[in-house]
Amino acid sequence: MSVLARIDDLHIGFGGVAAADGVSFAVERGEFLALIGPNGAGKTTVLRLMAGLLRPARGHVFFDDRDVTSLPAHARVRLGLGFTHQIVRPFYGFSTIENVMLAAGHRQTESPWRAITSSSRQAERDKAQAILERIGLAAQAAQSPRTLPLGQRKRLEVARAIALDPQLLLLDEPLAGLSSAEATTMADLVRTLPGRGITVVLVEHNLGEVLRVADRLVVLDAGRVLAEGLPQEVMTRADVRQAYTGVV
Amino acid sequence: MSAYVASLVSVIGINMILALSLNIITGFCGQVSLGHAAFYGLGAYTAAYLAKLGVALPLTLLAAAVMAGAIGLVVGLTSLRVRHDFLAVTTMGIGFVFLGFVRKQKWLGGELGISGIPGSGLDPVTYALVIAVFAVAVIVFSLWIKKSWMGFTFDAVADDEEAARTVGVNVSAYKLTAFGIGTALAGLAGGLYIYFARIILPDTFDFVQSIAILTMVVIGGTGSVWGGVAATIALTLLPEVSRAAADYRLLIFGTMLILVMRFSPGGLAGLVRRQRPA
Repeated sequence: MSVLARIDDLHIGFGGVAAADGVSFAVERGEFLALIGPNGAGKTTVLRLMAGLLRPARGHVFFDDRDVTSLPAHARVRLGLGFTHQIVRPFYGFSTIENVMLAAGHRQTESPWRAITSSSRQAERDKAQAILERIGLAAQAAQSPRTLPLGQRKRLEVARAIALDPQLLLLDEPLAGLSSAEATTMADLVRTLPGRGITVVLVEHNLGEVLRVADRLVVLDAGRVLAEGLPQEVMTRADVRQAYTGVV
Repeated sequence: MSAYVASLVSVIGINMILALSLNIITGFCGQVSLGHAAFYGLGAYTAAYLAKLGVALPLTLLAAAVMAGAIGLVVGLTSLRVRHDFLAVTTMGIGFVFLGFVRKQKWLGGELGISGIPGSGLDPVTYALVIAVFAVAVIVFSLWIKKSWMGFTFDAVADDEEAARTVGVNVSAYKLTAFGIGTALAGLAGGLYIYFARIILPDTFDFVQSIAILTMVVIGGTGSVWGGVAATIALTLLPEVSRAAADYRLLIFGTMLILVMRFSPGGLAGLVRRQRPA
C-alpha cells in the first residue's frame, strides 16, 4: 500500500497547553486507521489540523504527495479530504436530502461564477438519494434534520461527507452519544468505506467498536504519538494500558 | 401616465432595487448590513459628479455601480473577520464614515450636496419606465440567483459557515460575491436616483435610510424576492395614501419591524407560506 496522507511534526497549543506536540504518522491508501487515546490526548485537534480547520504552529500536513499545510479547509475538501464533525452540524435550514445534495454538487459550488451559471440539481438529487438509501436515511429524505434523532443525524453527517467523493475521510467520534445498537450499526457502516475506495481515519472513544473495525491504531497521549501498529499488538503494550487506566 | 404616477413608479423602482440588493447580502447570504445607504450614496455621488462633467447616462450608471461595488468588496472583507452583531456595528460605522466624508468635501458640495444635475434627456414618464425596467431586471436576477447553485450555497453559508467549509465551499469568496453584487446594485439605484431628483443631499443616505431599506427586506421576509417586492411597494405607497403615515413614517416603520419580529419573523413571505395548505 502507498501513503495517502502524512503528518509531520505537528505542533499546536491552546493557552500554554500543548494539544499536539510533535505528532507524526502516515495513513496508508485504503486502510481504516483509528486514532485513539485518553481524554485530552489531542485526537480531535490532530484531526482538525489534518482537515485544515486549525493551523499548526509548526509542522506539515501532506496529502497525496502534496504539502497542504497552508490550504484552507474547503480547498482540502476539493482535493479529496473529507471531514465529519464530532458535534453534528447539518444545515438546519435544509431538508435531509438537500444537505447531501449540496455536498454532491461540490463541482457546481467550486466558484461563485460556476454556481451562478448552473441551476439544474437533478443529477445531485439522484446521487444524494442513492447515498441516503445506502446509508438507511431514504425515508427521512424530505425531513428537516431537526426532526432526526442523534443516530440519524450522525448518519447524515457521514452521508454528506461521502457525497463529496473523498479519497480520505476523517471521522470525529461518529459513535459518540449513540446507543450500543446504534454504535454497532454506525461502525458497520463506516467499516464498508475502505471497500468503496475511501480511506478512513477514525477518532473514537468506543474502544470495543474501534478494535472491531480498525486495521491499524495510532495512540496519542498528551499531544504525542505513544504507539502505532496492529490493534492486538498496540493494546497489549504496557505504556498504552497505563495511558488509558493510569495503572502500570 | 401622469407625472405624479411616473414619480411614484420611479421611487418604487429605486426602492425595490435597494431592497433586493440588500436582500442578496442579508437575506440570501446571511450577512447583516446596517450601512447599505452608504453604497446608494456612493453611486449617487459618483453618477452626479460625472453627469455634471458631461458624461453620458449609461456611463454614469455603470460608474456608479462599479464604484459602489468596488468599495462594497472592501467592506465585504470585514465580513471575513467579523460576524453577526459585530458585522452589523461595522457596517453601521461604514455609513457614518461615508456621511462624515461627503459632508466635509467642498468638491462634493459639502452639507449642501450636489445640485444642478443634468436631466436624463428623457421625459419623466419614459425615465420612470427605464427605472421600472431596471427594477424588473433586478427581480429576475434575484430569482435566478435563488434558483441557481449560488442561491443554494448562499443559504448554506447563512446557515453554518464551518459546515459549509467542510462541504468544500469557499465561504470567503461567496461572502465577497454577495457584498460585491449587492453594493453594486445599490450604487446603480443611486445612479438612477440622481436623474430623477436632480439634486442630492448627504442626509438622503443616512442611517435612517439604511434602516428603511432593511425594513423593506425584513417585512417582506429576509431572503424572499417576492416578499421584498411586495413590502417595497406597500411601504413606499403608505406615506402617499395617508398624510398621517407620512408624518409618522419612522414611528410606523419601527413599530412594523417590532411586530414582524415578534409575530412573523419570516415577514410577508412567511405569512403566505403559513396560509398555504401543506
